[in-house]
Amino acid sequence: MKRTPHIDRKYLPLMVTIALFIGLYLYGMVQYRGFSSPQVFYNLLIDNAFLIITSIGMTFVILAGGIDLSVGAMIAFTTVLSAYMLENLGLSPILVIPGVLLFGVLFGATMGAIIHFFKVQPFIVTLAGMFFARGMCFVISTDAITISDPFYRAVALYRIPVFGTGFISINVVIVLIVLLAALYLAHLTRFGRTVYAIGGNEQSALLMGLPVARTKILVYMLNGFCSALAGVVFSIYMLSGYGLYTNGLELEAIASVVIGGTMLTGGVGYVIGTVFGVLIQGLIQTIIMFQGTLNSWWTKIVVGLLTLVFIGLQSAFNSPRFIRRAEARAIRAEADPALEAAK
Amino acid sequence: MAQDSTTILTMTGISKAFPGVQALSDVDFALRQGEIHALMGENGAGKSTLIKVLTGVERPDTGVIMLDGREIQAKSPLQAQAQGISTVYQEINLCPNLSVAENILLGREPRRLGGIDWHALNKRAAEILRRLEVEIDVSQSVGMYPVAIQQMVAISRALDVSAKALILDEPTSSLSAHETDKLFAVMEKLKSEGLGIIFVTHFLDQVYRVTDRITVLRNGKLVGTYPTAELSRVELVAHMIGRELSDLEAVGRYKTRVVEHDHAARVVEARDFGRIGGMKPFDLDLYAGEVVGMAGLLGSGRTETANLLFGVDQPDSGNLTVEGKKVTHHAPLQSIHMGMGYCPEDRKADGIVGDLTVRENIILALQASQGWFQYINPAKQYAIADKYIELLDISTPTADQLIKNLSGGNQQKVILARWLATEPEILILDEPTRGIDVGVKAEIQKLVLTLAQEGKTCVFISSELDEVLRTSHRVLVLRDQEIVAELGMDDLNEQTIMQIIAGDTHDEPL
Repeated sequence: MKRTPHIDRKYLPLMVTIALFIGLYLYGMVQYRGFSSPQVFYNLLIDNAFLIITSIGMTFVILAGGIDLSVGAMIAFTTVLSAYMLENLGLSPILVIPGVLLFGVLFGATMGAIIHFFKVQPFIVTLAGMFFARGMCFVISTDAITISDPFYRAVALYRIPVFGTGFISINVVIVLIVLLAALYLAHLTRFGRTVYAIGGNEQSALLMGLPVARTKILVYMLNGFCSALAGVVFSIYMLSGYGLYTNGLELEAIASVVIGGTMLTGGVGYVIGTVFGVLIQGLIQTIIMFQGTLNSWWTKIVVGLLTLVFIGLQSAFNSPRFIRRAEARAIRAEADPALEAAK
Repeated sequence: MAQDSTTILTMTGISKAFPGVQALSDVDFALRQGEIHALMGENGAGKSTLIKVLTGVERPDTGVIMLDGREIQAKSPLQAQAQGISTVYQEINLCPNLSVAENILLGREPRRLGGIDWHALNKRAAEILRRLEVEIDVSQSVGMYPVAIQQMVAISRALDVSAKALILDEPTSSLSAHETDKLFAVMEKLKSEGLGIIFVTHFLDQVYRVTDRITVLRNGKLVGTYPTAELSRVELVAHMIGRELSDLEAVGRYKTRVVEHDHAARVVEARDFGRIGGMKPFDLDLYAGEVVGMAGLLGSGRTETANLLFGVDQPDSGNLTVEGKKVTHHAPLQSIHMGMGYCPEDRKADGIVGDLTVRENIILALQASQGWFQYINPAKQYAIADKYIELLDISTPTADQLIKNLSGGNQQKVILARWLATEPEILILDEPTRGIDVGVKAEIQKLVLTLAQEGKTCVFISSELDEVLRTSHRVLVLRDQEIVAELGMDDLNEQTIMQIIAGDTHDEPL
């Protein structure tokens, strides 16, 4: 019964994403002077560090078949809470950073538990979480709070040279650590594989004896942690905390995950694809900046179109017709190998 | 029979009642080591309930289950698995997005240096599959492989959790002949290794090819357990549908006869029409003014044929001509436009829309056929609804009653009304009388005959032979997804049909 399927369709969206990134990059390099400077790439990472972190968390949620709308509000809340604790309460960053991260984890755990045990749609629970977090920002402070903490300032201003060609920020190092940890989690741990299994078929996962309840809650905890960490990174990047920050960022994170080739229905996708999803958005923004005359809001329009195209691609790759054709081919080949070989 | 015939699993006195139905009453069942044991029965016989009780999905009201001499009562499928009872369901429970290897070993992956050891994982999975003589790339996602391979993967997973008893629930229903052969080879191999296999199927041929014993259930009761070699096919069919063998012995040979028809009145013409995994290609003509019955066991392809004709399922081969026009686009809406109507078998799942009123349910197909922009005004809707409520004697307080509050028989009448309202030329009825009382049954049968008199064509599908005989002018007999005989008026009798259903009678001792 030896048989090799032609192309595993699960890799197709990821390949399209990476090809698009490379294509856009080449376009920029051909069109604009100075685009080929390595610093352009480093800036992509520096400016999108927080978005990459939160999108990685979002990838796990979507892979498990869920959604989390609270991340944008969580990031804003983290910036406000951090700034308030640092400036108004005069607490040390050694307490503040673990404190806000812990809050993110607990916040995610609460939402995950409600979603799982009360069988409420993740959309509704995290929507409530979003309003709660956004509202809490203004309970703490209605105005922006500038962070003057020396540690935050030092981290924000520190430049790490890269091969003498440019520099990155400490935030980028955090991103790289998160990325490595996420790749390890997704591909080398039982937790990661269970996330994929739940997204593929929750009923089957349950019958296979996998810890579905625990994993689902863990996924929201992980995402809570990632959004809080993105909040810390963002407050370092902005050196302030404000309740109006990152409005609608959850949708950008979801768009990044989708453009990165992850299926909104769960089970299929890659963390690395999400990183490219964010970078593509950043790249479009960079190109528009280099172009000079276009309004930066065009970024949103292009990202919107791309999201649509990628969702279209996903349904094309997963359409019953596409799959049935592959199956029928396999059945015929099985029944009559000689005939199929002759074709 | 296998060398070792010790019993590994016994179920004694199992009863299970659901609201309104006694699904199982006092059923005994025993499985030996190294045997393949067929579990047979028609719809509602209690097969699936018995399997559910065994696998911990349902808890029996009374009865004892012993495995290896120990009493067990699994509370969940998971627990049953841990105790050594594994099931491979018809809708295979795998994660299609994960690789073959993961699906086999998920939860028990080999690890190295704090992470999953993918190399060892793939190697072990390949070894397990090789035991079943399946050689595939285990790193590909399981969804890319055909159902047959997926089934092997599911069996491999079941075996790897060290099963003592393996339940295969309708494993062959979507396999090709070649794939079925492979599955049987695997089953024989596992049997020789001492595993007990419960094989649930509708295919008589397959039962006689691989099983050692057969247990027949009917209406929730045990009919008996027989060694396969000692039970003829006709006897088996008689046990399943509940007729005495003495009825059959009087029967002579049958002769198929093609009924003479006026070719001008031919309304449906199917040629070489079929679908892989559904119905083998068949030719079928339907004429105006006749009722054509379809007889056959569950899974013989009756519903599949109806789904193909109405465009619910897409054909893989052949073509269909309705009223002289070739059907190019197979879809229910298209079929409605061509004058067809279809009452599906499972009215709860496919027929009624429970939260809509009787009137809305009746108007549904008519509105769909007219297009949603030509809204039928409420006055006309009520007129139509009231007309059919009266015509079919639907007992409902008003046309605005929610349909889910009606009895089964009345729901069925509403669905009939829905299609009658579209004034179809061809009406396909799949099990229109199931689960409804005798009086209503007779009314529906009468209605079908009246329609035929008016020059319409009816396809009447039913598991109850006497009903098919009473209402049909012509009967198609189906077996193993094939139309095996067509009987005209003169040949119509129960015994003949049963013998055809049972398969070739001349090489079986009666």
